[in-house]
Formats: sequence, structure tokens, C-alpha cells
Amino acid sequence: MSRYFPIFAIFSLIVGVFAAGLSRPADAALFHPKTHSLANGMQVVVIEDHRAPVVAHMVWYKVGAADEPPGKSGIAHFLEHLMFKGTPSVPSGQFSKIVARNGGRDNAFTSYDYTGYYQNVAKEKLDLVMGMEADRMVNLVLTEDDVLTERDVVLEERRSRTDNDPSAQMREVMNATQFMGHPYGIPVIGWKHEVEALSHSDALAFYRRYYAPNNAILVVAGDVEAREVFALAEKHFGPLQRADTPPRLRPQEPPHRAARRVVFNDARVSQASWRRSYLAPTRTAGDSQHAIPLSLFADMLGGGTTSRIYRELVVKQKLAAGAGAYYNATGLDLGRFLLYATPSPGVDIAELETAMDKVVADVLKDGFAPEDLERSRTGLLAAAIYARDSLFTSPRIFGDALTSGLKVEQVETWTDEVRAVTMDQVQAAGQAVLDIRSSVTGLLLPEGELGK
Amino acid sequence: MMRPFRLRIFCLVLTLLMPFGAGATKIQEVRSPGGIAAWLVSEPTIPLLSVSFSFIGGGSLDQPERKGTGNMVSGLLDEGAGPYNSLAFQTRLEELAVRISFSAGRDTFSGSMRTLTKNRDAAFDLLRLALNEPHFEAEAVERIRRQILTGLIASQEDPNAIAGRLWFKTAFAGHPYGLPNKGSIETVKAITADDMRVFLGKALARDRLTIGVVGDITAAELGPLLDSTFGALPASTEIKTPPDVVMKGIGILKVVEKPIPQSQVIFGGPGLARNDPDWYGAYVLNYVLGGGGFTSRLTEEVREKRGLAYSVYSYLSPLDHSALYLGGVGTQNQRVGEALAVIKAEIARTRDNGITEDELANAKTFLNGSFPLRLTSSGRIARLLLAIQRESLGIDYMDRRAGLINAVTMKDIARVAKRLLQPDNLLVVVVGKPDGLMDSK
Repeated sequence: MSRYFPIFAIFSLIVGVFAAGLSRPADAALFHPKTHSLANGMQVVVIEDHRAPVVAHMVWYKVGAADEPPGKSGIAHFLEHLMFKGTPSVPSGQFSKIVARNGGRDNAFTSYDYTGYYQNVAKEKLDLVMGMEADRMVNLVLTEDDVLTERDVVLEERRSRTDNDPSAQMREVMNATQFMGHPYGIPVIGWKHEVEALSHSDALAFYRRYYAPNNAILVVAGDVEAREVFALAEKHFGPLQRADTPPRLRPQEPPHRAARRVVFNDARVSQASWRRSYLAPTRTAGDSQHAIPLSLFADMLGGGTTSRIYRELVVKQKLAAGAGAYYNATGLDLGRFLLYATPSPGVDIAELETAMDKVVADVLKDGFAPEDLERSRTGLLAAAIYARDSLFTSPRIFGDALTSGLKVEQVETWTDEVRAVTMDQVQAAGQAVLDIRSSVTGLLLPEGELGK
Repeated sequence: MMRPFRLRIFCLVLTLLMPFGAGATKIQEVRSPGGIAAWLVSEPTIPLLSVSFSFIGGGSLDQPERKGTGNMVSGLLDEGAGPYNSLAFQTRLEELAVRISFSAGRDTFSGSMRTLTKNRDAAFDLLRLALNEPHFEAEAVERIRRQILTGLIASQEDPNAIAGRLWFKTAFAGHPYGLPNKGSIETVKAITADDMRVFLGKALARDRLTIGVVGDITAAELGPLLDSTFGALPASTEIKTPPDVVMKGIGILKVVEKPIPQSQVIFGGPGLARNDPDWYGAYVLNYVLGGGGFTSRLTEEVREKRGLAYSVYSYLSPLDHSALYLGGVGTQNQRVGEALAVIKAEIARTRDNGITEDELANAKTFLNGSFPLRLTSSGRIARLLLAIQRESLGIDYMDRRAGLINAVTMKDIARVAKRLLQPDNLLVVVVGKPDGLMDSK
């Protein structure tokens, strides 16, 4: 969820680069991150990139939608919007205008495990925006009016993203069904009835509980020297008081013992689609040794046009117009492994599902060819180089990783780990995760059409 | 990979200025031994490069009853070419970690390629095969057709897509711009492999080709690769470009009823051509009115003050044969009338009273200060090189751009506001169940 559309597009693009569903890849030899810690516990990461005279300045908080109190869904994202209101030194509504007057672009985003704020500016403006970001970390002022109007904006955002779109509603229901105890089952933007009731005091309580230097990470990429950034960080964030931030203790998933099905018929659906998600480990949760092999498994199974699913369902059997698999290895708690398919015109969705089941069963039984593994490995390792191309990618990789329980070194060793993966590990990961008992299958269908 | 051509340095290299910012980066105009021109920014820091190119023509070359041909071609060039069948071509792309993509827009057929330096020659060779020797094998044709058809079926109930189609259909009835570029279910079903070969034979000609390259390559290395990749295409082909056209539907409101809680609205009127003397005035004016995201007047009035929408925006859209000034908003059904009234009132206020000196100054600071943020990946810079050439802005454009924007005066703004801002002349399409709104007739 983000405060405005553009950043959402950027983020999708980045995820798209790693479409095979890797963690955000990186390599010490690629990014050369330089790190520093302030006495108040704030972590600082700098990626120097001198190609253009600009910087990406980001502050990531280790709090997201999955850290919300019960009944207050959407408060993390709502607070993200409200952070643009004002402080005693920045009048209400002026934050983004000041950034723009200085030639910068700013925005913010919220996910389950983090909330992030950024300004992209000419390097001379780093001092200014860092000062503003530090200011609103502790000095936010909210009026009742600000809160009520912005809540209407968030409700419109929810209508745009979810309520207007049956496939988004379907994903929301599948998520809620996948996670039986963990808050990953609650939408980041919040349930409508709970968002409608969020108040001024809810926002301030969440802010005071989680917004503090010891719960934040500063990431700066661009045409700067790390030591200059460290000095600026000491100047702006150094004086801020450490807070007594609560640990991230979230309800965890019970064992999943039964496959679940969701069938959603809606008059607004003109094209049927099929999805399945399985509960999956990440690099920091569950059987995390499976995470990186699972990235390769996902790519070979359904990462592109040479993948097993595409070759079988789309090219050979022609049952699907599009089909594939997706997995993201980064996440503080257990994540999901996804399969998806769009039936070709006239094809029965049940027939498509049966064929998908057979592809998965065959792969779990017989595995992949060695050349498939090498091709996937090549693609993942190349993605790590391509990730260096955009100035705005590396700070996102580090912010995402560090707020999701990974360490800087683990981001850096990603390519080594990809290089070391064996076929046996890939196969073991697939067999461990693709267990139908931990899955949710979802059918999105036009009104009146039957799903088995 | 071998680099068989790397020793030949016959390229005519015109190196011109272009310190963009740090002073390290410059645009070179490369002319290959065979006479193919490209703009290059050589940037050896990271071992990769991006190529963007386009041919004037694109979807406007489609036969109306086969609308979507160009789009379908764009999906098939990497599905089997030269010695490789579809699977072999896709496998080769993956083995080399090369990405090639094509797209057909209203006015251009364009493509892009991204490769690691070490696979550069092989990557250009795959691009050459895709452009010159695509197979259009039956399996791939039917597969891509299925994909396009399911996409079209899905978009039948997509509120934004419905609004966009109806807006252009109304504004450009009888002109290629009025037809959806991807075609309709009927026209896509009718497209044959021969149609696509005919399209390709017309669409790709060197005299309508523009190329931008950014990354780890020198002008001397690039020249021969341009020849090998694009040199076999026809020097020129005869095409019938569509006539210039002025939009219709002025002052009309159209409502498409759909069972959704939030109405999607597209509004727009005539805009300015990219080479209009008032372009920079319009560009600055639009930033203030609706192009500036959080800072714009429309966002202030619609979102910040009233909470009527998550997103409200406007933008100038200069097409090759027309010009539009477009905008959009999404608002709950009960308040669409209010949102539209607020938008129209703000447009009228801006037309009548112009903008403030402060707004003009702030717009200039942003539009100039933020420009280097667009120079932050090789792909983005390559697309920018392409756009500057397409609009004939000159190789020194990046140096002149700030001056062009800074030259805009309050008088310019007042003049262009009168021309551009006509709230009663908007063609408005609303998709949803908007309270109290119905078709004007």
C-alpha cells in the first residue's frame, strides 16, 4: 500500500525483475554497502553510486500491518498517510511541497513487515530531507480534521485497489483463509469496517509505540560518501531518544491439516482465473534452509516461458492462456508459494486444475533437468547485476531485507547461496512446501459458472 | 562471447556536450558504418547495457478490421526466429539473461533490449533475428492469440479500461485513434500470420527508426552492432499514416453503469502539440493544476481538503496526429458529482485567475530540480534519448531544457490557460453507479 500510485508501480517493477520470486538479491561484491550504528540504536546503510548527482534517502520502520493491535487493521498504513501532515516546524500539508520545491520526489509505502518513507533529491538536498524525516519521526502533530479527511482518502484507496476489483477481493479472501492465526491474513490496507473506525488516538498511539530511532533503518543510495551520510545521520537522528519499542511478537500459524478452497462468483468477472497458495518458509522463518532452493524451484516450475508449467499447460496442452509460479523468500514470518493459471477460452477450470496438479506431482516425483537448474541460476544471478542498474533498487533491497529479519551480510551472501544450491536441495524444498494440506485453492468465476 | 566486429572503428562519432549534472555523462551521436544513427550514453560502471528503439507508424498501420495486428506482432517476434523455434529462442534468452520486448503503441512500434556486457554480441544477434526473421509459427500464433483474447475478455469488466475505450471511441470516431490498440475480440480472432508479415514488412523501415543506447559500450563497439541488427531492414517503406484529427465529443458526459462502489472517471479536451510555441507554458501550468502529484491544485482541492479521492491527476498527451489534455479521478458513487464539480471549478479558477508567482517559481524549481532523477537507470535514460529524438528536440536538449522552462512567464501562463483550460468543453466518461449523473445528449 502506498500513499500514491507511482511508488506502487515502481515497487511492482522491482518485484517483476525478480519475477521468479527470489528474495531481493544482492552481493557484497555488487552493492558494497557501508554500515554504521547510532548510539540510539538506529542502523544506517549507505550504497554509493556516483553515476548521477542524486540520492535516494529512505527511512524504514520495523513495523507493518502485521504488528497492528487486534481490531485496528489498517492503522499502520493510515499512519503512513498521516505522517505527511505536519510538525511544529513543518506546517500541515507542507512536507511534500517542501520536498518538491527543492526538486525532489517523495512518497511512502506500507507492507506487512515494514513502513517506509523516501525522498529522491539532488545530493545537495540530503541534509534538508534528512532533517525533515528526523523531525517527523518524533514531532508529528495531527488535528482531528486531518485524521477524518485522510481516513476518507484511505477508504477511497481501498475502493480503488480492492472493492472495485473482484480479483483483488479474491486474493484478500484467499489470504485470510491461508493464514489461520497469523495477521498476514488481514489486508495491509485494513478491513473496511475497521478502517472506518480508526481514530486520531489510534494513530498517535501506534506512532508513539513504534516510531523511534531504535526501530528504524536509514538507507541512502547515490552520489554521496558514506562518511558524509554517517555524519548527517549523527546530526539529525543522533539526538533522538531511544524508545521502549515492544518486541515483534505475533500470533503464529497452527499446523495446517486440511486443504481449503475458495470459490468466488461475481458479476464483474468476465475472465475466470485459478490460484493456489501454499504456506512456505522464508529466509528467516520456518524451515529457512529451503528458502533459496525454493526460489530456484519456483523459477523452474513456473518462472517464465521455458518453465515446466508454461510448457505443459500453455504450450503443449493449451489449457491455459497464462500460468506460472511465484515465491518471495523474504519475510519476517512464514510466507506463501503461489501457483496461478488463466484458462484458455472455452476451457473448463476443473480440467485446468487437474492438469496443474499433474504437472506439480510429476515435478515432485521426477525433478528437473540439470540444464534447467543452471538456466534458472543464471537468471537469478543476472538479476543481482541488473538490480544495480537503478539507483532506487538497492535501497529497497536492503530496507526490505533488514526489516524482515535479515542481516546486511545475508543480503550480501545471497548470490553465493544461489551458486551453492544443489538439485537435491531444490527437490527437497519443493517436496517440503507443496503439501496440499497447507494450501488454499481459489477459483474466480463469472456469475453462475460452477467450480468443482 | 566473441566480438568479431570490435576492431572496426569506422563510426562517425559526434560527441556533444551533455554534462548532465555531474559532468561525467555525455550523449554521443553515433552513425554506423552502414549509416544507421543512434544516440549513446556510454556508462561503463556496471557491466550491462540497455537499448531502446522505435519505428514511426505502430498500431495506426493496422487494418481497421484487423485492429490489433501490430500488438500481436509485438508478442510474436521473440517466439521463434532464424534457426531457433519458439522454445529454443526463449531458452537462449534465458541462458544469456537477455530481456527483449516489443510493443505497438498508437504511433510507434517500439522495442527494448537489456543485456550483460559479456553477452552483448549474442544479445544483439537475437534482436536481429527477432526483427528480421520471425517465424510466426502456428503454435505460437494461436498461443499468443489466446493470451491477447483472455486479456481482452478480462478488460471487458475492468472499469478503467471501459472508461478509456469509450473516451477514445467518442473522441476519435472514424479515426484509428478511436479503436483500441490491442483490437477487439472479433478483430483479434481474424488476424492471420500473413497479416502480421504484411504489417512487419511495412512497419519496420530504417528511415523511421530511432535508437537510444545506454551502458557499458563505446561508440566504436556500437556502430557495427547497429549495422548487423538493423542494417537488413528496408531503407524505406510506403505507409499511410493517419490524418491529423481534432477530438470530438466536446462538452459531453457519458455514463456506463457498472456495479462497483467507486466510479472511475476520465475527462479531457484538446491539448497542445509538442512543438507548439506554448508547450512549456502548458507544461508548467499542468504541473500546477494536476500534474504535480501531492503539490497540485487538484490534489489539494479534491483529496487534501475534501477526502474525495485517492488519486486525481491531469497530463498533456501529444499524439503524432492530435493533442489531448487528459485527467482522471476515482470517487465513491455518492460523491462523483461533487468531485467533478470541484475539478471543473478549479480548472475554471485557474483559467480565469492564472497561478501565483510563487506557484510558477515552485513549478520551475521542481521541474528542473527533479530532472536528474530521471537519469537513474540505463533503461530510463535510453527511453529519454529516444523521446528527445522522436520529438526532434535536439542533442543539446538536456542543456537547454532548464532555460526553456525558466523562460515561462506569468503572461505565458495566462495565455496558455485561456487556450488549454476549458472546463465546459471536457469530454467526461464515468464508469460505475454515480449518483445523479447521466448521459448528456
